Amino acid sequence: MTAVLEVRDLSVRFATPDGEVSAVNGVSFDVNEGECVGIVGESGSGKSQLFMSVMGLLARNGRTLGSAKYRGTELVGMPVKELNKIRGDKIAMIFQDSMTGLTPHLRIGRQMTEVLVQHKGMSEAQAVKRALDMLNLVRIPEAARRLAQYPHELSGGMRQRIMIAMALLCEPELLIADEPTTALDVTVQAQILDLMADLKRVTKAAIVLITHDLGTVAGLCDKVQVMYGGRFMETGTVRDIFYEPAHPYAAGLLSSMPRLTEERSEKLYAIPGQPPNLQRLPKACPFQERCDFVHDRCATELPLLREVGPGHTKACHLVSLQNPVTDPAAPSLVVA
Amino acid sequence: MLSYTVRRLLEAIPTLLVIVALSFFLMHSAPGGPFDSERVLPPEIEANLKAAYNLDKPVWQQFLIYLANAVQGDFGPSFTYKDFSVSELIGTGFPVSLKLGLSAITLAVIIGCTLGILAAMRQNTKTDYSIMGVAMVGITIPNFVMAPLLTLVFGIYLGLLPVAGLGDGSFRNLVLPVIALALPQIAIISRLTRGGMVEVLRSNFVRTAHAKGLPEHLIITRHTLRAALLPVVSYLGPAIAGLVTGSVVIEQIFGLPGIGRYFVQGAINRDYTLVMGTVITYGSLIVLMNLVVDLVYGLMDPRVRYD
Repeated sequence: MTAVLEVRDLSVRFATPDGEVSAVNGVSFDVNEGECVGIVGESGSGKSQLFMSVMGLLARNGRTLGSAKYRGTELVGMPVKELNKIRGDKIAMIFQDSMTGLTPHLRIGRQMTEVLVQHKGMSEAQAVKRALDMLNLVRIPEAARRLAQYPHELSGGMRQRIMIAMALLCEPELLIADEPTTALDVTVQAQILDLMADLKRVTKAAIVLITHDLGTVAGLCDKVQVMYGGRFMETGTVRDIFYEPAHPYAAGLLSSMPRLTEERSEKLYAIPGQPPNLQRLPKACPFQERCDFVHDRCATELPLLREVGPGHTKACHLVSLQNPVTDPAAPSLVVA
Repeated sequence: MLSYTVRRLLEAIPTLLVIVALSFFLMHSAPGGPFDSERVLPPEIEANLKAAYNLDKPVWQQFLIYLANAVQGDFGPSFTYKDFSVSELIGTGFPVSLKLGLSAITLAVIIGCTLGILAAMRQNTKTDYSIMGVAMVGITIPNFVMAPLLTLVFGIYLGLLPVAGLGDGSFRNLVLPVIALALPQIAIISRLTRGGMVEVLRSNFVRTAHAKGLPEHLIITRHTLRAALLPVVSYLGPAIAGLVTGSVVIEQIFGLPGIGRYFVQGAINRDYTLVMGTVITYGSLIVLMNLVVDLVYGLMDPRVRYD
């Protein structure tokens, strides 16, 4: 398998009046051709900023350290002019908020065709034809009429479909979807997820799905990476994470999903405590304050990712959740 | 949009009526009158004068008479500029002020927007700080300081441009007053433009445009400017109305026969008809410019609906 995206030891820092804040702390992973990778984490886990930095879309006060390569080409620190040849063409991104993500004063047609004119050098007429094809692909009714409309004239679900169609115009090799269904109501969410599943089959693009919703991941992804405090806590196949979660955080996330089989009287599990404050992140294990199995080592040593099965890794000192004692062999970084 | 325009124009009539009534009664309730001066007039002459101008009647009657005449386009004779009607005074002065004001605002929009865009694109850099610093100075220096400085440097020391007057009517004579008038506007417009740009550049749709790999110039011109310039458009409406009705200070310093001076002189001399004339001119312009602003909004933002 060839990697479309190789990320090595990538960190994202933001300069704030109260000092530098680390949103992402040295993560490494590959996204291979045709693969669908889910990035799961709660708000503030750094999951969005990780890919914003790959796309060169960080806020002005943000900076990226480490490396992110698209087919061997380094993206970190690449001049914007060069980056603009890749983003939108080879790597495309879908954003969470379709309400504000489309330019309010431009017609849908213009917003779609400009991508093709820019990257493929198409004429306006060719671009319109291609835009129509894409609108049909994402199952937008009356596609031709939509091109002449403005974003505010369309429903939220329709706008998100347009975002998706826009991202697919140039047949990207990598599609990054940042919470594509979060801002939509439940029935529309289901439609969009169906659409994504179809697109996964018909396009050859590798997909990165950023979400806090494990259900979304289960339906679409091959691999899952669970993030917390800007680090990967556990990575593995969907099967690994759902049936044999090895990290207390991943297990906690799973337990906090409502299940249809549960008795109605049972109270839904919630991970205790608050999402991490990135400004005061513990030096050692970021999850220690909320972990049911916390022990002395968690406060002084940062656990590193280690294999617990083929392609299944976790960053935790525990032998396993069934046997929650520290594993002396677990690799870690002594920080205090 | 046409029916909206017509409706707004019809709505302007009661608005203007209120403006006219308020200024008329306020002005007449102020002590003194047009014929009060150091030289005390014999009572019979004063009575004759007052009778000739209807000033002997109750104020509400004077108001109705004035209104009836004004509706027919007769704004009465000026009390202090003898042998001139208010229409003549404003009719000859307004073109001068209009030319001056429009030139100034055009210059201010071109330079102000350019500087504002530059500052926003180089946000929090030396370019940004120096542009905004100069703009701040521009806003704080009053034009009665700036105008004499300009005449001194360009008119007298360098001898490049005429110091005052309309001369042969060529544009050379307007250069200095236009610059003096435009400078504070450049400062305000560049700050407004920068503010609008900075906000829109942070918005999600600009991020989408970046993610699409569009070049910087397209992101600015196509995706940012229209949304960013809305505050500038709102400001320009009343600003244009203010500028084309002239500036007392600039007209005095550069010796230009605009209508700006009538606002002040009319009020000081209790030249009732002249004050009313200037009030109606300015009021109508404000109402008109606000309508224009609302219509331009519709062109810039498709979400604006007229119904």
